[in-house]
Amino acid sequence: MNLDNNRYQRQIQLKEIGQLGQDKIAQAKLLVIGAGGLGCPALQYLAAAGVGTIGVVDFDVVELSNLQRQILYNLDDIGKPKATTAAGKIKALNPDIKIETYNFQITNKNALEILENYDVIIDGSDNFATRYLINDACIILNRPLIYGAVLRFEGQIGVFNYRDFETNIKTNYRDLFPKPPNLDSAISCNDVGVLGVIPGIIGTMQATEALKIITGIGKSLANKILSYNALENTFYDFEIAANENTNSDFPKNKTEFLTFNYEWFCNANFDVETISIEEFDTVRKQETITIIDVREKGELPFVDEFPFIHIPLSELEKTLSTITAKNKIVVYCKSGQRSAKAVQLLKEKLSNCQVFSLKGGIEAWKNIN
Amino acid sequence: MEINLLAFGQIAEITGKSAWKISEVKDTNSLIKKLEEKFPSLVKMKYSIAVNKKVIQENTTINDKDTIALLPPFSGG
Repeated sequence: MNLDNNRYQRQIQLKEIGQLGQDKIAQAKLLVIGAGGLGCPALQYLAAAGVGTIGVVDFDVVELSNLQRQILYNLDDIGKPKATTAAGKIKALNPDIKIETYNFQITNKNALEILENYDVIIDGSDNFATRYLINDACIILNRPLIYGAVLRFEGQIGVFNYRDFETNIKTNYRDLFPKPPNLDSAISCNDVGVLGVIPGIIGTMQATEALKIITGIGKSLANKILSYNALENTFYDFEIAANENTNSDFPKNKTEFLTFNYEWFCNANFDVETISIEEFDTVRKQETITIIDVREKGELPFVDEFPFIHIPLSELEKTLSTITAKNKIVVYCKSGQRSAKAVQLLKEKLSNCQVFSLKGGIEAWKNIN
Repeated sequence: MEINLLAFGQIAEITGKSAWKISEVKDTNSLIKKLEEKFPSLVKMKYSIAVNKKVIQENTTINDKDTIALLPPFSGG
């Protein structure tokens, strides 16, 4: 018995796939951005299916709070980079495939040169700036994008920038959501949680759509968003049409893409004062200030370099009245998003204090210190 | 006149329900105005509106038995 064929026997048996389809899967080059809740199951199934080249992008390290849903990792992986760790796991699952790892954050400076090496892109990122960035890069490079996003008990999945042969139209994330939400109304899983199986379901559906596009079978979710609600046991789909109103302010070519500020685009409507790492280090050594860590319990990296108060953002609103602060407050979280929200809450309550959000978060601080 | 409303994600959190029925509303703009009066937190939310599953870009007439869905973006992964 041919061992190679035996591995994929169950899917070659499917008449829609067959050996021809399996060859297409083996030749496919697929990029998964984010090796988190969505990326882990997608990577596992795509490696198992024999996708010939898989790229994994993630700049983060594994944390204990990830294990509830990021199923490629175990306790021994805590503190290790996600991209290389995930790559190691899927390599063990299928040593015949080629895996490329990118242990850094995807930005508009590096996105095009990474994405252009792949035929299909899966978005498993966890913030709006990256989602708009990936969407725009896929339009410029003309790559199909398989989008997925989760929150609490719900998930969304869709296929962007992929021509639907029945209607001959191609739509993208900006046709559905032309503008990112204001930061103060944009909540993430860090703030409100997610049931672990939700990214499992949505990430697995993203892998399914990828295999359908690679082999050219079935109806793709092109020009559609499918929304799943686990509590209600409902699926609901939305048909997207090209949106002419939104085509004005996004980058349409490589030059515009390289200079587009995605962080600013996603925070534009949100005005809080930030403090740079250098200013923060100077101020905390010279003055008595109040420093607040708004990360949830157990988040890395640990901080023991300076005294701080720990109030997770999820508890901040109800503890606001008990906070007594010096006249200058610096709030930090991991990357600066949640701390910006915290600053807004604090400013409403403590109007006589100067409140700053640490720019880039504690990760940026640790990089310098 | 009976219109079905569906809300997703944070919109459902704000309205307190994910599916309900309303009567007498002529178009999507007046529906949004009505909802914002009842749920002021909706004002600062960004979301897409679909009439009978089709995402709309501008004010759209609402007919009897139409289903209007309100879908906010998520970013979690």
